[in-house]
Amino acid sequence: MFKMIKKAALGLMLLSVTAGVSFAADSIVIKGSTTVLPVAQGTLEAFMKANPGIQMSLSGGGSGEGIKALIDKTTDIATSSREIKDKEIELAKSKGVNPVAHVVAFDAIIPVVHPKNKVTNLTVDQLSQIYQGNITNWKEVGGDDLKIVVISRDSSSGTFESWDHFVMKKAKVTPRAQMLASNGALVTAVSKNKYAIAYLGIGYVNKSVKPLQVNGITATLETAMSKAYPFSRELYMYTNGEPQGQTAKYIAFVKSAAGQKIVAREGFVPLGDGKKAGKKK
Amino acid sequence: MNRKNKEVFIKYLFLLFALVSIIVLGLIVFSLFREGMPLFATVPFRDFLFGLEWYPTYDPPSFGIFPLIVGSLIVTAIATLISVPLGVLAAVYISEIAPQRVKGILKSVIELLAGLPSVVLGFFGMVIVAPWLQETFDLPTGLNIINASVILAIMAIPTISSISEDALYAVPREFKEASYALGATKFETIAKVIVPAALSGISTAIMLGMARAIGETMVVLMVAGGAAAIPESLFDSVRPMPASIAAEMGETPYRSAHYQALFATGIVLFVLTLAFNLIADYVSHKFKQTGSATL
Repeated sequence: MFKMIKKAALGLMLLSVTAGVSFAADSIVIKGSTTVLPVAQGTLEAFMKANPGIQMSLSGGGSGEGIKALIDKTTDIATSSREIKDKEIELAKSKGVNPVAHVVAFDAIIPVVHPKNKVTNLTVDQLSQIYQGNITNWKEVGGDDLKIVVISRDSSSGTFESWDHFVMKKAKVTPRAQMLASNGALVTAVSKNKYAIAYLGIGYVNKSVKPLQVNGITATLETAMSKAYPFSRELYMYTNGEPQGQTAKYIAFVKSAAGQKIVAREGFVPLGDGKKAGKKK
Repeated sequence: MNRKNKEVFIKYLFLLFALVSIIVLGLIVFSLFREGMPLFATVPFRDFLFGLEWYPTYDPPSFGIFPLIVGSLIVTAIATLISVPLGVLAAVYISEIAPQRVKGILKSVIELLAGLPSVVLGFFGMVIVAPWLQETFDLPTGLNIINASVILAIMAIPTISSISEDALYAVPREFKEASYALGATKFETIAKVIVPAALSGISTAIMLGMARAIGETMVVLMVAGGAAAIPESLFDSVRPMPASIAAEMGETPYRSAHYQALFATGIVLFVLTLAFNLIADYVSHKFKQTGSATL
């Protein structure tokens, strides 16, 4: 009897190991940042139209999730709104994965409030103090006498890490902050809450929320490209080694003029202009 | 293979089928502990359980899950307060009072409620309940304890109601007949005979409803607000344990301290759910109705 149990357990384990690892040659799996999702979605649709017969699958989950999948070899491309961390590179190397970065677009992170909020401009320091929980009322920054409800992306988000990089500089976000799981949830929360402040990728800002100026500079495609707007960043696609076959074709397509048109249509800053206007670090 | 061997073979085959769920559970629990326990080599158990700061991604990180535990417990407690009267009274109505046709409709509607995917309920809470709460009570946020509790209560009602109803249904006819024969009214019969007789089943139902509420992930991820602080009022945001695990697992490097901390949080959650199930089991034995041959 015990032999049988052992065999069953072994079988189960084998099953779980083999499932999900195998994918066919001309299929591309993309996984990662919800910020890059609209870009990936748009380019993927166009690419599939141009190359019928190719199988592509796309999912979100966050930049960290994508990179983890790349390291586990369960995805061909990991999208990310941040650079890969040293720790992740180490882990990848230890598993024989060699992550190669491809910058596919530029993004700007914009603080947003409810449209009825009187505040139009905040400095980086004010933003940092608000997110640390030291400024708790809108009247302290020139608004109405209302409590500030701080909304943040949860810590698995690339946007969260970029916000940390640009604004918090390693200071802790107040534990009273709401941590929401997607850009979409943030838009919904802010558009219906006159107390709230949140931050969004430029592609997600719509009429239901009011974007704030930072240090007096309005975030537009131009200011983001020139990096005059302080919270601008690159968006990445990571592959294991130099991309091969269809994956290489797809990434080339994203970087091509046609691909970058889609990037612009989704509300991000296309590459070519960015290179002209500002220097990449 | 002769007949006898065949018999033995089939016997063990069926045993194996019966054991599959136990084996799976065992393997899951095993890996839960294997991935979670190493955390306590670096973080003292007390600091983990009673620490007030949950900053897993900072340097140095702090892994105090007390606010998360409080969040889970408070949301579950309030959801229970809402769902128990609704679920139990609905069960009483369905099993004792409702005419046959109404009974059929009510039962299937409640079963339908049980079949609603939690993400749908979560979306409902996020897009409809939250703004409404906020407008009506002029709150800083609608993503709060009350909102999450109400949605969890809606999820727990079908569990509580259908198990309670089974328990009420199982109360022997003679009890009712005896009560009516003594001149008791319908209300007296329900309140003093039927419900007490079904109490063990009803308690089990409540415990299972609570276990359902405490383990529910999607709803609390979407509507509890996700603030990892001990709440000061019922309108504050909280970050229950399942929400934390679901939101953060994607970012954690494999077998890092954060990853282990999330698994350890899973252990705490597992222990709590297990406790609810054990209590349910105990209660159902302890208050088991005796005195009738049919029970």
